[in-house]
Amino acid sequence: MSEQLIFELSSPGRKGYSLPPVDVPEVPVEKLLDGAKLRGRPAELPQVSEPDVVRHFTHLSKLNYSIDSGFYPLGSCTMKYNPKVNEQAVVAAGWRAIHPYQPEATVQGALRLMYELQEILCEIAGMSEFTLQPAAGAHGELTGLLMIQAYHRARGQSGRNEVIAPDSSHGTNPATASMVGCKLITVHSDDRGRVDLEELRKLACERTAALMLTNPSTLGLFDEQVEEMSEIIHEAGGMMYYDGANLNAIMGVARPGDMGFDVVHLNLHKTFTTPHGGGGPGAGPVGVKAVLAPFLPVPSVSLRGQQYVLEYDRPQSIGKVRSFYGNFGMLVRAFTYIRRMGSDGLSQVSRDAVLSANYLRARLRDLYPEAYGGPNMHEVVLSGKKIQRETGVRTMDVAKRLIDHGFHPPTVYFPLIVDEALMIEPTETENKDTLDAFVEAMRAIAEEARTSPETVKTAPHSAPVGRLDEVQAARRPDLRWRASHVANESGVPPTPESQPLGV
Amino acid sequence: MSYLPHTPEERTEMLDVIGVASVDELFANVPESLRSGEPNIGKGMSELEVVRLLDGLQAQNLDLEHRPSFLGGGAYQHYVPSAVPAITGRSEFYTSYTPYQPEVSQGTLQVIYEFQTMIAELMGLDISNASLYDMATAVAEACTIAINETRRSRVLVAAGVHPDSRQVVATYMRAQGFECVDLGEDWTIDVERAGQLIDESIAGVVVQSPNFWGAIEPMQELCEAAHRSGALFIAAVNPLSLALLAPPGEYGADIGVGCGQPLGISLSYGGPYLGLIAVREGLERRLPGRIAGATQDSRGRKGYVLTLQAREQHIRREKATSNICTNHQLMALAATVYLSLLGKEGLRELAALCLRRAHYAAEMVTGLDGFGIAFEAPFFNEFTVKTPVPAAEINRHLLNAGIIGGLDLGQIDERLDHFLTLAVTEMNDREQIDDLVETLRSLEPVEASVAEADLQGAGAGGRS
Repeated sequence: MSEQLIFELSSPGRKGYSLPPVDVPEVPVEKLLDGAKLRGRPAELPQVSEPDVVRHFTHLSKLNYSIDSGFYPLGSCTMKYNPKVNEQAVVAAGWRAIHPYQPEATVQGALRLMYELQEILCEIAGMSEFTLQPAAGAHGELTGLLMIQAYHRARGQSGRNEVIAPDSSHGTNPATASMVGCKLITVHSDDRGRVDLEELRKLACERTAALMLTNPSTLGLFDEQVEEMSEIIHEAGGMMYYDGANLNAIMGVARPGDMGFDVVHLNLHKTFTTPHGGGGPGAGPVGVKAVLAPFLPVPSVSLRGQQYVLEYDRPQSIGKVRSFYGNFGMLVRAFTYIRRMGSDGLSQVSRDAVLSANYLRARLRDLYPEAYGGPNMHEVVLSGKKIQRETGVRTMDVAKRLIDHGFHPPTVYFPLIVDEALMIEPTETENKDTLDAFVEAMRAIAEEARTSPETVKTAPHSAPVGRLDEVQAARRPDLRWRASHVANESGVPPTPESQPLGV
Repeated sequence: MSYLPHTPEERTEMLDVIGVASVDELFANVPESLRSGEPNIGKGMSELEVVRLLDGLQAQNLDLEHRPSFLGGGAYQHYVPSAVPAITGRSEFYTSYTPYQPEVSQGTLQVIYEFQTMIAELMGLDISNASLYDMATAVAEACTIAINETRRSRVLVAAGVHPDSRQVVATYMRAQGFECVDLGEDWTIDVERAGQLIDESIAGVVVQSPNFWGAIEPMQELCEAAHRSGALFIAAVNPLSLALLAPPGEYGADIGVGCGQPLGISLSYGGPYLGLIAVREGLERRLPGRIAGATQDSRGRKGYVLTLQAREQHIRREKATSNICTNHQLMALAATVYLSLLGKEGLRELAALCLRRAHYAAEMVTGLDGFGIAFEAPFFNEFTVKTPVPAAEINRHLLNAGIIGGLDLGQIDERLDHFLTLAVTEMNDREQIDDLVETLRSLEPVEASVAEADLQGAGAGGRS
């Protein structure tokens, strides 16, 4: 039976709230708002008690798979354990209940944390300055490209409107290029999964604004030609952009700044354990080399004498990219984690992440061949092509069947250049027993694909729902509930049973 | 190390299976010239040491839980009912990710569907997405929708839109070669003058109401003026105010945006908050970001999936409506739980309480010598007063008395240094308001002539 909607639990007059008494004159609302247009029809919010609410959302929570409940090897997302101390630290009143417009003298602890985090991220990434403003990785990409664009314009080179990205890149890279009005130029991967250097040489030119690169790439491979790429791009007058999605592989080993990157975004929700939250909030701080520092968003945090201050004095700044100063709550969590781990801990993180991913490759490659030769870094891209050819079972089926075996599926069908891709990122926080159990499940599914392919093709069988009809969802969008009396008045039939909201 | 489970023996076993002698061999592809060694950030610390370190830092901040505050300006201190953190603190919600695999993400997906319903209801519009980062980026995304829908290249942004939103829109528009034009130069917009500015080059008109200074704008008339020229009307709103004030849909707005922070989300020094965006029917395929929809599973059972994905970056790459890849789901969950608790009646009662206390405060403060209301327009829970001495001085005086004052507008625009914006919520009871008034009364009296000269100087920019 499907879970009822909160609206369907509503009963007129039920209350889930308590408010303090009205201790000021009870002037009628209409009088106080004289001259303003008042609301006609009330919003159809539910009327439910607190226990109703708690039970409803607790039920819903149990329909989710989560890191705390099991292995979540979603490639490129770095679904590692989120330490509880992060969550405990951030609820202190001194973090939770401070206002962004408070005088700086009253939030010195907050500013100091931000300042120190800026410094730490500079050291980890090998950059000169950091902004903590961007709300997510994609938002960091936008911030980075805006700075690169401003840099070129300041040098009278506004004609640089091409962004080069590999065919293996994240979808956000080309989408971000479009958002800043740049044209995307794709550089292909060679047969080793590295950027085709010869092609890059031909593409780099006076129109090149930047090369956006993930290294290790989305194929889980470290591209050892990165210094040459950097030379090619810089010689053409372009800038090097580092997508930090895969930083978890190289902490304490190599730094993007040393590889020649001019701009770096980091995902605090991947590498630095701020929780993914079911899809945000994350944080995507951006670091730059000194040459781009004049263009950073304002404000940043600086230290003047003994006082930490919000610094707005950056005349060439690209401006603001979001409200206030960043997803501060996420900064507190990441800072907590980084202090916990320290230089030794973070280095061990990357070594274990890489070890675990290579272990999975070694144990699965006979049934699910790797897309490119190893060793890989923190994640491995395998292919379900062999199984598909031999049994007709597709990678999506393997992924769905993993759910029945108790695991969250890996990322599938990405990168786009690998047929039937299975992108597996175990992270350093999973123990060997879990990795072995996952291997056994993958091997069992390969066997099932031969012996009972229908079981695999119709999986999952143990999830709260079976495979969902995404085509129907897109063709006849049903994007909200409507109260039956309101729907009838407006001539729109009520949801859910009958017609969806028509488009 | 407590988060890293591999023992030395296990590492050796794993290396044997891989067929290499050491972990270093796995990094063989990293050129020697790039080897950095460990970062210079200090060694790791025990949990106890870190807890003490963080506690020491947070204690250096003056929090608003232990002293009165009248700060608003786009971030409001409301009471967060205990059931909200109880639900957002469930790790089934906070340690999951974007629901790429719907069969094991029905919890998050149904929450999104309920959230979309509540936001669309509040806005009086047809369709909401799963949320954006914050209001500033929501306004910028709304402008992009208007530009793509009308194929025009200029947007008009009201002076009373939150300054951060104005700056973010400017940043986004400049990058794409679109033009961002200011609308209005007074505390509220003059409809007639606005009508003259809105011509057929304008893609969208953005107006915030209540605006940054608290004043309620003539939204209906401005919306009509926008539509007369074929521009989209984008209304930026405080969701709590919509319990009382006409929502964007009721005056014909095409897009409603806002900040969901007042709906159960703590101040947290400016983030994470919650970007709201809802549109009228017909614009849904231009929406950025995640959208959940209802469908059926293989056995005919109801379920939810992410839908209309042909708009998004992972499918469309450079042709996507935006580069946004996630939403602010945990904050959207908080708002969904909050709106469920408050419900149809509670939200209205709460809004009325804030409204009445704010008006009481305004009456008391403006009754003091030298203080006056800045505008005649109606207001909700926030208002701006002219002050007899610079607002910064007043805030210092209040802080000495243990009160975090209001927003000194001089911080935003130095011409407005004699104006103070005060926000009042259910957190500010009558006693706090009376204390505020008494503390203001106890300000050292200043010579009237000096104060008046200051006041006249502060009317710059057409404000009086």
